[in-house]
Amino acid sequence: MSDVTTTRPTAADAAPLPAAALHQPRLPRWTPAALAALALAAGCGIGLGAGMDSTVQWGLIAAVLYVGLTYGLTARVEGRRQAKDRLATSLVWMCFLIAVVPLVSLIWETVARGSKVLDGGFLSHSMAGVLTIQPGGGVYHAIIGTLEQVGIATAIAAPVGLLTAIYLVEYGRGRLARAVTFFVDVMTGVPSIVAGLFILSFWIIMLDNGYSGFAGSMALAILMMPVVVRSTEEMLKLVPNELREASLALGVPKWRTILKVVLPTAIGGIATGVMLAVARVAGESAPIVLLVFGSQAINNNPFEGAQSSLPYYIYEQWAAGNDASYDRAWAAALVLIAFVMILNLVARGIARWKAPKAGR
Amino acid sequence: MAKRIDVSGLSAFYGAHKAIDDISMTVEPRSVTAFIGPSGCGKSTFLRTLNRMHEVTPGGRVEGKVMLDDENLYGSGVDPVSVRRTVGMVFQRPNPFPTMSIYENVAAGIRLNGGRIRKSELDGVVEKSLKGANLWKEVKDRLDKPGAGLSGGQQQRLCIARAIAVEPQVLLMDEPCSALDPISTLAIEDLIGELKERFTIVIVTHNMQQAARVSDRTAFFNLAGVGQPGKLVEIDDTERIFSNPSVQATEDYISGRFG
Repeated sequence: MSDVTTTRPTAADAAPLPAAALHQPRLPRWTPAALAALALAAGCGIGLGAGMDSTVQWGLIAAVLYVGLTYGLTARVEGRRQAKDRLATSLVWMCFLIAVVPLVSLIWETVARGSKVLDGGFLSHSMAGVLTIQPGGGVYHAIIGTLEQVGIATAIAAPVGLLTAIYLVEYGRGRLARAVTFFVDVMTGVPSIVAGLFILSFWIIMLDNGYSGFAGSMALAILMMPVVVRSTEEMLKLVPNELREASLALGVPKWRTILKVVLPTAIGGIATGVMLAVARVAGESAPIVLLVFGSQAINNNPFEGAQSSLPYYIYEQWAAGNDASYDRAWAAALVLIAFVMILNLVARGIARWKAPKAGR
Repeated sequence: MAKRIDVSGLSAFYGAHKAIDDISMTVEPRSVTAFIGPSGCGKSTFLRTLNRMHEVTPGGRVEGKVMLDDENLYGSGVDPVSVRRTVGMVFQRPNPFPTMSIYENVAAGIRLNGGRIRKSELDGVVEKSLKGANLWKEVKDRLDKPGAGLSGGQQQRLCIARAIAVEPQVLLMDEPCSALDPISTLAIEDLIGELKERFTIVIVTHNMQQAARVSDRTAFFNLAGVGQPGKLVEIDDTERIFSNPSVQATEDYISGRFG
């Protein structure tokens, strides 16, 4: 510790080392807050004075002022090293703010506009018999569609993805494993519309099946699989090899070792990965347009006939282009965000519940 | 129930690299045999060939014979899984299963092998194994707590309890005390003294005093140079190895004039 603080190599004290300067002047703890307030005030002042009409510009001016002020003041009082430290800290904080601003404003906007028509009736009614220019109607048929399509897609993709990941981590050696990894990577980049076109030409045109939720599920499953494989693979790789060896050395066969030791150790992360994949496909609209066709009425059977889904519903309502349908689109967007958020919370809950415990 | 191990002409490879070359030795039943030697000389690799754990490493390959009484572990038709049930192993770093409680860790060998066993019987096995590993008194009130919450020394004894719960014939220990403090080390050394009444024990150690304290016979391994395979220099009664070894290199190593 001491050698860090005593041998501060600046130009001034390069020649003879100063006698152990453990104490250096420090700025008071409230300095960053005070500087931030000052910079903000100055930014607003300049913005108003110069008559700029974009508040984003005011914020940018304030940010530049803050960084400059902090660096200059700290360099004067505390020295160059601390000044650089504070510079890096403020840059990290600013990047954080820049990342958070769109997120917060997105949620703010959706909640503000979506809560207008979101109520029990909206959640429990379909659009059957409602004209798009009329207020009223609801999202029930789309919720049913999303739940069924995403549920079936998960039921297809999760086991396949899980087993593929187990093969890659525990068994795969050589050319086949490399090929599988390569194609999983390629599949990660497949656009959803291409997955939709594939199922359309294969399932609906070639095999002559009608539009159905199940056709959409198959396209969603194609999109989910690589995500599940990738995340599960990473989680399985995190399981220490010592645990596998400990189990094998007890005379446990390899498949049981994987089933009873490796998977339980990684199950929290695997569940999180599957849930993230679900969240990703829950917002897909392109394959739904192609394969499920969309519908105004409730259709509980995913294997027969057209259905709707939340992202498709949002698109459809927005395309209708009048005030009542805009309101419905925002409310449906809020429902979709809530759906994804609940899934994420569930995944986190599972991860925490199943995490290896180290408590005494 | 303890068995004799007879190794003849054993070489082990990692891919194209030969890690140990042409080792032959006999490990007596109901005794402790210690392996000493510099790092990288193949002690651990050799130990892992004794229960076919070597081949778990990608590229791991073995030539030669390991006779357990009159059965060749590397004979055709021998299932490595049943070999590992007969020859148990304790690792350098304590590695209890993090998802399991203390009780489940000890019972793991039996449960994971799919043994249908009554709860009362399993309770008995767990208690006996924990007592055998000198851990029962410390954990008997918290058997349902996670095994990873114990101290390092306790975790290592938990791993020993887990290994002896499946009643192996031979117990291999790969530097079991290298991550432990002197008090835990002493506890484990005492335990080894008790366990040798029932098992054949082979222990790899870097600690010369430990080899002298716990073992009946000692084998010294060495390697000619970096990248060369390790070889067995000599194996003899521990007393002779530490007082009057027949090879000069052994004496040099033990007295610290190595290299």
